[in-house]
Amino acid sequence: MTTIRYTTNRLPFPTRAIRSLSTPGGAIYLLLLALLVILAFYNPGLSEPGQLSRFIGRSAPIAIVAIGQYFVIAAGEFDLSMGAVISAQVVLAGNLIGQDPAQILPVIVLMIVVGIAVGVVNGLLTTLLRVPSFITTLGTTLILSGFTFYLTGGAPSGNPADAFRAIGRGGIQNVPVIGFVPYSVLVLIALAGAAVWLMRRPFGRMLMGVGDNQSTIALLGAAPWWIRTRAFILSSIAATIAAILMVGYAGVSPVVGQGYEFIAITAVVLGGVALGGGRGAILSAVAGAYVLETLVAILNFAGVESTWRPAVQGAIIVLALGLPLLWTKRKAFKILLRRKASTAKTPNPTAPQSITEKP
Amino acid sequence: MQTSAARTTTFTVLAALALAVSACAPGGTAATPATEAATQNSWFDQQKYDLENSQRTATFTGDPAKPYLQYLPGPMVEAGAFKASGPAKVCFSNAALSNTWRQTGWITMNEQLKELQKQGIISELETRNAQDSDNTQVADIDYFVNEKSCDAFIIAPNSPQATAPAVERACSTGKPVIIFDRGAGTNCGTTFIHSVGGMAWGMDSASFIKDNVEPGGHVVVLRTAAGVDVFEQRWAAAQHIFNEAGLKYTDYITGADPTKIKSIVTDEIAKGNVDAVWVDLGDQAVPAIEAFEDAGKDIPVVTGEDNLAYLRAWKAKGFKGFASVYDAYQWRTALLAAAQLFQGQAIPKDWVLPQIPVTAKELDTVLATNQGMPDTHYAASGGEDLPGFPQVWQQRVIP
Repeated sequence: MTTIRYTTNRLPFPTRAIRSLSTPGGAIYLLLLALLVILAFYNPGLSEPGQLSRFIGRSAPIAIVAIGQYFVIAAGEFDLSMGAVISAQVVLAGNLIGQDPAQILPVIVLMIVVGIAVGVVNGLLTTLLRVPSFITTLGTTLILSGFTFYLTGGAPSGNPADAFRAIGRGGIQNVPVIGFVPYSVLVLIALAGAAVWLMRRPFGRMLMGVGDNQSTIALLGAAPWWIRTRAFILSSIAATIAAILMVGYAGVSPVVGQGYEFIAITAVVLGGVALGGGRGAILSAVAGAYVLETLVAILNFAGVESTWRPAVQGAIIVLALGLPLLWTKRKAFKILLRRKASTAKTPNPTAPQSITEKP
Repeated sequence: MQTSAARTTTFTVLAALALAVSACAPGGTAATPATEAATQNSWFDQQKYDLENSQRTATFTGDPAKPYLQYLPGPMVEAGAFKASGPAKVCFSNAALSNTWRQTGWITMNEQLKELQKQGIISELETRNAQDSDNTQVADIDYFVNEKSCDAFIIAPNSPQATAPAVERACSTGKPVIIFDRGAGTNCGTTFIHSVGGMAWGMDSASFIKDNVEPGGHVVVLRTAAGVDVFEQRWAAAQHIFNEAGLKYTDYITGADPTKIKSIVTDEIAKGNVDAVWVDLGDQAVPAIEAFEDAGKDIPVVTGEDNLAYLRAWKAKGFKGFASVYDAYQWRTALLAAAQLFQGQAIPKDWVLPQIPVTAKELDTVLATNQGMPDTHYAASGGEDLPGFPQVWQQRVIP
């Protein structure tokens, strides 16, 4: 008789990759592929050089925000302040850089510092004062929105220098095969790579552990509060980088970034990451973000009437999240139905009577 | 593991569903054709349309060099009862300063105030900003009414119906009540000052598209928000013109978010045949123009407003442009109306100000006048003859 023990020997990568397609975190790639095929069906131009890379580029901010949100969700928390961080940073960039290219570097440094500060506040309030992150980050959202409102009065300001905007708007021309590679794609690849690496480092393993079972991590001698706080810092920095790209892509307005926190949470959940933390792959979250963006593009190309779009978009997302759940629970439903059917035919006096069966 | 394998199948089914849902949803057939059904916009009001259509080209009474004092002939309000013996106090309930148009008008109003204070007509302007909230504005107006020290009220309503009862309470004080910009949902005010109107705004730019795009052409319509009367009236009028001209259009609601606008227009470019872009707010035009630039395509007709960001892009890129105008100088007129009443001069009951768009002919002159102004400035700020011009508007410090 053999005892199954934990072993470090793993199946070969291709086998694992194929098997993972039957998990939510893997199936999201299939969904993304299918949606891209649909998009290409509506927009045959997608295969032209530059088109796909531009699409990846313009969606990069959402993917980056999803990466940031992933860290926080993996640790079992939420960051609802991401959208407000983006708006505040966009407005900061617009107001402080203006038309002076010499200001670009100092202002970027300042933006990162502001991002870190927001993350530290979110993290410490959540971990040390034990305020639920839902409330903490909602609070920082209000503070940041107030700050944005104070700076702008709620109106857009002028766009900053073109050299700054080039980060989000420009790219490398005449690349063989691909044609045009926006800088934002490079930023995304670098960040996604760094994030994957980070998740394989002790920090990443601990982060998962904290999300799964905080007590174990504490007993191991690590400090859960500091691991969680770092997740919040990473998330705010991600929002800051997204803000830099978005100012570049389209320009300054206090409405830029509004609602991104929820798009990011949806993307992460679509990517099969457990909302309670402790489970899920980071690249699946990125794929989740692209699923959402592809969906928006499909609706653009299909010409769905403007007043109907939010409803159609919402319905598809709910279906994508809900149907698999129904499927996994179908056994339970079947048993329930069978029991109902049998009790209807021959009432069993020993079975507990339910209210509906009363005469 | 069986259940997770099934999950994959479900995902695949879902993708197919996504295609089906997106294809079947209303409007699923490319652009909305100009059919009878498409004209049924509940915001369209033929009477209002005809009135504003005649007013936008009418001849106005008064000195054309001072458009902020021009008006259409009609009933006047006698000022005898409102004549003041010394400097009088004005209370201003403002809906918001949350867009660049309002901010520009507010700067002009403050510069006008300085002049009237120097002349000893107005002692002070007490202002409360409702920050886009009906509730706050009602409270603000009631505060002024209870304060009992206002010699006149100026009200820029947030939404016409919601603030009507509070406006009526202000009227019952017997002091002059000056309404401007959006209507008040009640006729009790002493005067209602406004630019010709939202429908005229939409007619101006939509007619330009009609004249420059062949019938059957395709217009991308960028709408800021649904259900907001200012924007809905602009769109209702434009839609009417597009339908009559046999133009096809696809409309999007953007929330004036530049990121969304650019993605939308980029996708429309990829679909092909965009003959024109119509916007209901100047802020929306520039990201749309950039989308054409980035895609390496010629910029078609893109309409806008008299905000400098758009006017400059129009000049620099040389596409066919057209700027509808909703005068920011009406903020100044509101204060002047109070001053005229205090001095015993009659003013129009319905004070309609001219609404003259910027066409390619005027573009250079307008840009020269507004040299050095920030991109967020509006050309029809109407401050050219005030002492602070142009420095105060250039520095754009919101008072």
